[in-house]
Amino acid sequence: MTAPTTLIRGGRLIDPASGIDEKRDLLLRDGRVAEVSAPGRIRLSQEEAAHAVTLDATGLVVAPGLIDIHVHLREPGQTHKETIASGTAAAAAGGFTAVAAMPNTVPTNDTPEITRWMQSPERNASARVFPIGAATRGLKGEQLNDFAALKAAGAVAVTDDGHPILRDNIMREVLVAATRHGLPVIQHAEDTRLTAGASMNAGAVAFRLGLRGMPPEAEYGLVERDIRLVAELSRDAKGPRPHLHVAHTSTAQAVAAVHQARRNGLRVTCEVAPHHFLLTEQHVGCYNTHAKMNPPLRSEADRDAMIQGILDGVVDAIATDHAPHAAHEKEVEFERAPNGITGLETALGLCLRWLHTEWHLPLSRVLSLLTAQPAALLGFKGRGTLAVGSFADVVLFDPDAEWTWHAADSRSRSRNTPFDGWTMRGRVHHTLSEGRIVYSA
Amino acid sequence: MTTLRQSIQASRNRPDALPVSAPFSAVATHAPVHPGSVLGVADLTLEQIDHILARASFLTAEDPLQRAHRLAKRKIALLFYESSTRTRTSFELAAKALGADTTLVSNLSSSIEKGESLKDTGLTLRALGAEAILLRHPNSGAPWLLEQVTGLPVLNAGDGMHEHPSQALLDLRTILACLQPGSSSMHARTLDGVTVSITGDILHSRVARSNMLLLPRLGARVLLCGPEALLPAVATRIGPGIEIERDFERALASSQIVMMLRIQAERLAGLQLDLDEYRNSYQLTAERLAAFAPKAHLLHPGPIIRGLELTAEVADGPQSRILDQVSNGVAIRMALVERALTASRSGVTQ
Repeated sequence: MTAPTTLIRGGRLIDPASGIDEKRDLLLRDGRVAEVSAPGRIRLSQEEAAHAVTLDATGLVVAPGLIDIHVHLREPGQTHKETIASGTAAAAAGGFTAVAAMPNTVPTNDTPEITRWMQSPERNASARVFPIGAATRGLKGEQLNDFAALKAAGAVAVTDDGHPILRDNIMREVLVAATRHGLPVIQHAEDTRLTAGASMNAGAVAFRLGLRGMPPEAEYGLVERDIRLVAELSRDAKGPRPHLHVAHTSTAQAVAAVHQARRNGLRVTCEVAPHHFLLTEQHVGCYNTHAKMNPPLRSEADRDAMIQGILDGVVDAIATDHAPHAAHEKEVEFERAPNGITGLETALGLCLRWLHTEWHLPLSRVLSLLTAQPAALLGFKGRGTLAVGSFADVVLFDPDAEWTWHAADSRSRSRNTPFDGWTMRGRVHHTLSEGRIVYSA
Repeated sequence: MTTLRQSIQASRNRPDALPVSAPFSAVATHAPVHPGSVLGVADLTLEQIDHILARASFLTAEDPLQRAHRLAKRKIALLFYESSTRTRTSFELAAKALGADTTLVSNLSSSIEKGESLKDTGLTLRALGAEAILLRHPNSGAPWLLEQVTGLPVLNAGDGMHEHPSQALLDLRTILACLQPGSSSMHARTLDGVTVSITGDILHSRVARSNMLLLPRLGARVLLCGPEALLPAVATRIGPGIEIERDFERALASSQIVMMLRIQAERLAGLQLDLDEYRNSYQLTAERLAAFAPKAHLLHPGPIIRGLELTAEVADGPQSRILDQVSNGVAIRMALVERALTASRSGVTQ
C-alpha cells in the first residue's frame, strides 16, 4: 500500500536541517517529500488533486517528525508494560515518527533475528523503529555480540543500556568493534560499584528519606573513563574514529566532560531527558515511585546544568528514555519499584513549555534537538529533515496551544509519568509517518 | 543579560514548584492521609506531642480494668516484616492494655512469604476488620504506601533506615523524666541548653533520624558522633540543631544525654569496618563515662550488643536508663494506639 499524496498548506514550516523557518506548503508523494514551495505555489494534476489529501496547517508549525533515540518498547517479552504497537502509537501522539529501541527486552536483543523481528510490519508500528543492538551477550558486560550481523539486520548502535559496560577492556573492545562497523556506542554511565542498593541521588534528601544514594561520580566517573578510552583509540585510529554517545546525562560534571572531549576533537555526544532538565531529587517527595529512574533525579545545580547544556549547545539531543511500567509494578515500596517513566507523549509539550517559552530557546533550536541532531547522531538517512527527497515524516502542531496532560489519556500501555496534570505547550494536530497519517488529534 | 538562574526564578512557574501528581504521594510533604497516623515525627505538632506525652502518663496511671474499656474489642493489626522484640511486644501490650484485639502478621508466617505485595496484604488486613495497622518494614517509606492504599491509620514501627517515631517519643519521655521530673509542658524551649549526643551507626539508624528531627524542635542540641563511614557529613543538613563531633570523648563531655547505637550489621551492605578500631574510638566504657560524662544519662534503643558499642558494666550501671526506655515504650505506644483509633477524619483528637 502506497502512501497517499498529501498537500500540507498554509503552515509555518520549520526545518532546522535546511535552515528554513517560513510559510511554506509541503507536498508528500509516495512516502517522500516531493516539493516545498511558497504558499499556494504547489500545483497538482487534476487526477492527483482528486485523490490527494489536503491538510490545512494555518496557524500550525509543520516540522520534521520528531526522533527519540532512547526508548524502551518492552517487546519482545514484556507486553504487559508496552508493545511496539502501543509504544509507537504513543510516539505518534507525541509527534515522533522514529524511535531507537533499547535492547533490554526479554530476551535481550542480542541477535539479528530479534533485530529484524522488531522491525517487521507485523509489529504494526505507527513510527519507524530503529533497534539498538545489545553490545554484550545478555547485557552482562562480558562477551561481545556480533556487531556486523546486528548492523546488517538494521541495528543503528550498540549499548547495554540499563547496565553499564563497566570493565575497561570490554568497553575498549566494544568501541573498537563498533567503530569498525560504523556504529556508535551508547553508554549507560553508571559505575555500579558505587550504586549498590541505591534508589535515588546521593545527598541530604536521600539521607533524610533513609534511602541509599547514587553519587554523581558514579555517572561522571564512567563518562570520564569512557572519554579516556575514546581518546586513546582516536589517537591510534587509522580509519574511522570511535563515536561515544552518553545516554541520559544527568550530572553537571558529565556534561562538562562531554564538552571538554568535544573541544579536544573527540566524537563524543550526549542526550538529556526532559525529567532531568525539569525535576530534581526533591520530587521524590514522599517516596513517589514516579520520580524513580536511573540515572536518578539530581540536585538543583545538576538540573540547572542540564538546562545550561541545552541552551549552550553542548547537549546533542533531547531523548525521553521512555520506560513504561505497569501500575502494580510501581505501586510498591520505593526501593523495590522499577526505574523509569514514560515520556513520548510529554516531550514536545514540556520542551516547548519550558525550553522555548520560559527559557527562550528559539523554536528552531528546540526542534533541532528533536529532529536533525538526533537523526545525525544515529545516522538516520533522509529523516529529521523536510528536504525534498527525504521521508515524509512530518508533525503538525499548534505552537501556542496550552493544554493539560492527563496520563489516563495515554496511548502507552503504562501510565507511570510524573507529569500527570502538568501544563504543556504545543499541541500535536497530525503526525505523518512516511506519508501516512498515524495520529490526528 | 540575565543568568540562567534568574531566568529560571523569574519563570511564572518553576518546575520545582509544580505539583507532581502520583497515585500515592504528594511532593515534598510528609503529611499523612489519616489524622491518626504517625509516619514520621514531622507529622506531629508540638501541641500534639504534648498531648501524647500527657496521655501516656495518664494511661499509665489509670486503673487497668478501666483502661481496658477504652478500645475494647477494637481491632489492630501488627504487620512486621522485620524481627523485633521491644517494639512489637510493647505495641502489643499497649494495645491490649486498652482492651483492643491484636493480631500479628509477620513475613515469616504469612502469604508475604508467597510473594503477596504490601498493598494486597494491607487490603486483606482491612477486609478482615483491622482498624489500624502498626507496620515494621525493611524498606524506607513503606508506611506511606500502606496508608495510601488502605486509608487506615498507620503507625510507623520502624521503616528501613528512615524513621522510628514512637522510639523518639519514648526517648523524649525518658529524657524529660531524667532532666525535668514532674514537668510536662512541651514547647520550643523545653530542652533549651540540653545536648543529646547520638553515637554509632547513624547512617543506618531510623532511631537516630527520628531523634535528630524531633529533639531540636524542643530546643535540644543534637551532637552526632561516629566514623565517616557510619556518619556522613550530609547528616547535619537534614534539619536544624544538628552538629557532628567526631571525637567521642569531646562529645561525651558536652552531653547531658548519651545515646548509643548498635552497628547494624544487617544493613552494612558490604561496608567493611574494623571493629577493634571502632571499639577503641567509640565504645562507651565505664572509664570514659566516669571521666567525661559522670552525670549524663545513658540511653540505647536496643538491641544492645554488650562488648561492642558499650560494655556490660555500663549497660547495667547506675547511669543507664535503657530499661526505663523499654517501660516508657508501653506508655507512649498506648497513647499512640489510642490516638490512631480515636482521631477523626476532621483532625480532632478526642
